[in-house]
Amino acid sequence: MPLQKSETLMVAAAVAIGLAGLMSPSWLIFLTTLAVAKALVVLGVVMLMRSGLVSFGQGLFFCIGGYAVGMGGRFWGIQDALVLILTGVVASTAIAMILGLLLTRYREIFFAMLTMAFSMILFGVLVKSHNLGSTDGFSVMEWSLFGWIPQSGMGVFWLTLAIGLLIALFLNRFFQSSIGLACEAIRENEVRVEYMGISRRQVLYINYVLAAAIGAMGGSLTALAAGHVDPEMAYWTISGEFVFIALLGGTGHVAAAFIASMIFALVRTYAVEFLPNSWQMILGIVLLLIILFLPKGIWSLFRRSRRATT
Amino acid sequence: MTEILRTESLSRYFGAVTAAEDISVTITQGEIVGVIGANGAGKTTFINMITGYLPPSKGSIYFNGRPIKGLGPRKLMREGLARSFQIPQLFLELSVIDNLAIALAAAQNQHMQMLQPVRTPERLAAADEIVSQMDIARYRDEMVTAMPQGARKLLDIAIAMLGEPKMLLLDEPTSGVSMEEKHALMDTVMEAVKRRGLTVLFVEHDMEIIQKYVTRVMAFANGVVIKDGPVEEVMNDEQVQALVTGKRSRKSSATEKGDV
Repeated sequence: MPLQKSETLMVAAAVAIGLAGLMSPSWLIFLTTLAVAKALVVLGVVMLMRSGLVSFGQGLFFCIGGYAVGMGGRFWGIQDALVLILTGVVASTAIAMILGLLLTRYREIFFAMLTMAFSMILFGVLVKSHNLGSTDGFSVMEWSLFGWIPQSGMGVFWLTLAIGLLIALFLNRFFQSSIGLACEAIRENEVRVEYMGISRRQVLYINYVLAAAIGAMGGSLTALAAGHVDPEMAYWTISGEFVFIALLGGTGHVAAAFIASMIFALVRTYAVEFLPNSWQMILGIVLLLIILFLPKGIWSLFRRSRRATT
Repeated sequence: MTEILRTESLSRYFGAVTAAEDISVTITQGEIVGVIGANGAGKTTFINMITGYLPPSKGSIYFNGRPIKGLGPRKLMREGLARSFQIPQLFLELSVIDNLAIALAAAQNQHMQMLQPVRTPERLAAADEIVSQMDIARYRDEMVTAMPQGARKLLDIAIAMLGEPKMLLLDEPTSGVSMEEKHALMDTVMEAVKRRGLTVLFVEHDMEIIQKYVTRVMAFANGVVIKDGPVEEVMNDEQVQALVTGKRSRKSSATEKGDV
């Protein structure tokens, strides 16, 4: 399968960012690692948005991915990063397969509130679990990659970039596929979808489970990078943050989630630096401006400039 | 002639309101049947019951000899029963070509593919042929929102025909279309129907369209079929003229004048 032009650009961007990491300060490497990891969860939100659903509970899978990494190392003695990530993906997929049976029956605010409710249930359970550190959470054990134990943040940085790139390439094809377009068709007109012979629930279910699995990867990578997990990962404000970034980027292209996630991380970092007591106000203003001037997100700027050049 | 659709005592009640009552009709393969009636006569309810949009309160429906009552739209579509809507049911924020591409993928039962692009060269060629046949090629890459009502109706009908149905039910195909465009639209639709050898049942208010394109008419009034037969016979029926078409025959008008 030859790479498309946008895919080649994404590969080139990932390689360039990976190499730039060699010359970057550690704080920027850490910031980028977290931004890319969170972009994976945002991509899950984008997948749902493309089918007309907004999830305020994607933190559920972000948290499951993170806790799977933490618990895998601490309680089950798993050390390999890929096995730890896979554990999170399997756990998230299993839970999404159960929740999806119920959630795909709902739309609009009901779907949004139910996803948030399930996420908050996990938050409540974790807060009450003293073995898992309650509100403090716990630290992630030392991990390795095929026997290599990374001594700096560069290991998880490259791992996150590589996984982020693979998921971006996969989702780029997914969005252009029959099922990807079926998701958009469901958003537009469910009646016609059924009269075409397509099961909307089946399509939404697969999309939801896939979004959960990708969200778990983001959580696992965040845990590996931060070295710590806590119940906040499932709190509704974290899920709100993912929706914020998804709106910031737009649903036009997979790359938008990564760009928006990086912008969000930088804006927040500098907002906290300059306005430590009212940094949320800066984020609010940014969101307001995006909604007013770029309702389809930052990606619409690329579309406009492409249209202008043709 | 082979029977394709049969309904027996088909009825639908909304609380105390009777939308359709005891509709028993048989349609044979290849027939082009028109359904006429005033607003609220039960025409759309009848089509909605056949196509699984509305469950009947009582009665039976047989398609190709098989009972289909209670089947949902997806199963009916697989059985070969397709429909279009009075308000075209399309994917407004997608392009015409994408509307057709996903419909073609569904018709080929390939709508769950995850990595192959939906826009394959074969599907694009097929979609191009369809837009050309339906005379909407100029909107090929436009969003549906940019299309006029007539073109939307044609796209809606084109999508309905993609699953290789045996029978097509059209709900007011010319409503919302200008007088000048109506006949051109119906010519395009009927040509496509004939090419595929479909049986058609269509609801229509325009009697000119009915007289031009159908061979048999079912006249509805107050939820029941008051007359079913060849066009001329139904159109000249006094009850149909009084309750549906609004025309009164010379004979009955003269009698009324004489009475006065």
